[in-house]
Amino acid sequence: MSVITNNFDLFFQGFLKTLGICIICLFGSLALGTVIAGFRVSPVAPLRGVGTLYVNVVRNCPLTVVLFLIAFGLPEIGINQSYYVFGCASLIIYTAAFVCEALRSGINAIPAGQAEAARAIGLTFSQNLGSVILPQAFRTAIPPVGSVIIAMFKNSAILGAFGVSGDLLSNAIMLTSSRGQDPTPVYLSIGFFFLLITIPAGLLLMYLERKAVILR
Amino acid sequence: MRISKAAAAAAVAVLALTACGGGSDSDDTGAAAVNDDATFEAGTTMETLQKAGKITIGTKFDQPGFGLKGLSDAPEGFDVEIAKIIAAGLGIDDDGITWVETPSAVRETKIEDGEVSLVAATYTINDERKKRITFAGPYYEAGQQIMVRSDDSAITGPDSFKENSALKVCSVAGSTPADNIGEYLASKSQLVTFDVYSKCADALRTKQVDAVTTDNVILLGLVGDSDGAFKVVGDTFTKEPYGIGIKKGDVAFCNYIVDTLKKASEDGSYEKAWTETAGKVEGAQTPTLPTADACA
Repeated sequence: MSVITNNFDLFFQGFLKTLGICIICLFGSLALGTVIAGFRVSPVAPLRGVGTLYVNVVRNCPLTVVLFLIAFGLPEIGINQSYYVFGCASLIIYTAAFVCEALRSGINAIPAGQAEAARAIGLTFSQNLGSVILPQAFRTAIPPVGSVIIAMFKNSAILGAFGVSGDLLSNAIMLTSSRGQDPTPVYLSIGFFFLLITIPAGLLLMYLERKAVILR
Repeated sequence: MRISKAAAAAAVAVLALTACGGGSDSDDTGAAAVNDDATFEAGTTMETLQKAGKITIGTKFDQPGFGLKGLSDAPEGFDVEIAKIIAAGLGIDDDGITWVETPSAVRETKIEDGEVSLVAATYTINDERKKRITFAGPYYEAGQQIMVRSDDSAITGPDSFKENSALKVCSVAGSTPADNIGEYLASKSQLVTFDVYSKCADALRTKQVDAVTTDNVILLGLVGDSDGAFKVVGDTFTKEPYGIGIKKGDVAFCNYIVDTLKKASEDGSYEKAWTETAGKVEGAQTPTLPTADACA
């Protein structure tokens, strides 16, 4: 246990950094995922094509491959950003594909009559999507979107192996290798700090679901 | 079909021939003569190992010049040769050695669990590690240095990072060099870490980072592979004494290793181990065996 008490500052800093990454990527992937979902249900065929291509390419690529392509591919063509930016961008791009599909399941659950009625009273596609479809879709899609977001929180650990330093995982690697600490208590604590992020997130999602659920 | 089959057969034959050619090289690297008639006090680690006629040794499989495992079965490098010298003194030849990969994070654990009898793996002696294991040695003293792009004159040494907080430096996550460079940085975000040094070299090439830091020997290998794209600047600014890791408190075994290394230094097998491995890198200087620490 002394491993944790002696190095609590390292764990805590790592926790804050990981939490920061999670929050940035939460908003980023929800925003991007919503836009792509809009593309996928759009009446404009090329936009639908872009959305479908995005989801099928990104969703079928392992996250490490996406990270590798962004962190090592972009500098090759002269785009230089910090690995923190590259890491967050990769996680957002990757998660957005899953958010999009979860959201689309929510959209599909809405009776077609609603969209038709909205069209009949003269709403444009974007008004229809923004005021009628998406608000209901979000409420219906809370459980699947929630699972995607929790998976994203856990995936954020991979950034520590891709140039990002100071997060929970890279601090754990430092403790176990250069400082020679026993890996078991170190990684158990890393797991505990991840639970500190994921369990409250899960409880919040349950609360939101109870509040927002639409019974059909 | 017939032609392509013949071509394939020819290709296989060529591969087999080159494989044989590569294999014959490794036969003459055995630096030390196997000591068949050594005697050890009953109950010591040495006696147990000698009786068994075999030993399990931990080393790194990804450290060029020190412990690198290619397509052949056994790893090659300075650490490996040093470990072979220690085994030879126990009357164990190369066939009696089982090599186990021990990356930095698991070295202490593998020693504590008795999975390996000793670890020779660019293992820097430090106080934190001494709490869990005993070090015999050092057998080599490395030092940390900085590598930059050849056209870069902004960085002259570790202190350059404090003066200019926009500069970024890369090292391997969890390594001692990554820990050490922390003191020379203006902010933590200047440090970029990867799992291997080849990724750091790539990041240096694409200007994602401005420098790579680790032990001088590893940097020389990277400079050698870079076709003049990289250079090493400044002096070494740390001392990294590499030791042999053994079970905590095994003083007799530690003394045996220290004595064996001393003998190897006197009869030239220590130097031979170096020149045939890490010493092949251009600019590498042949070391003399450092004075050993007291065994505890």
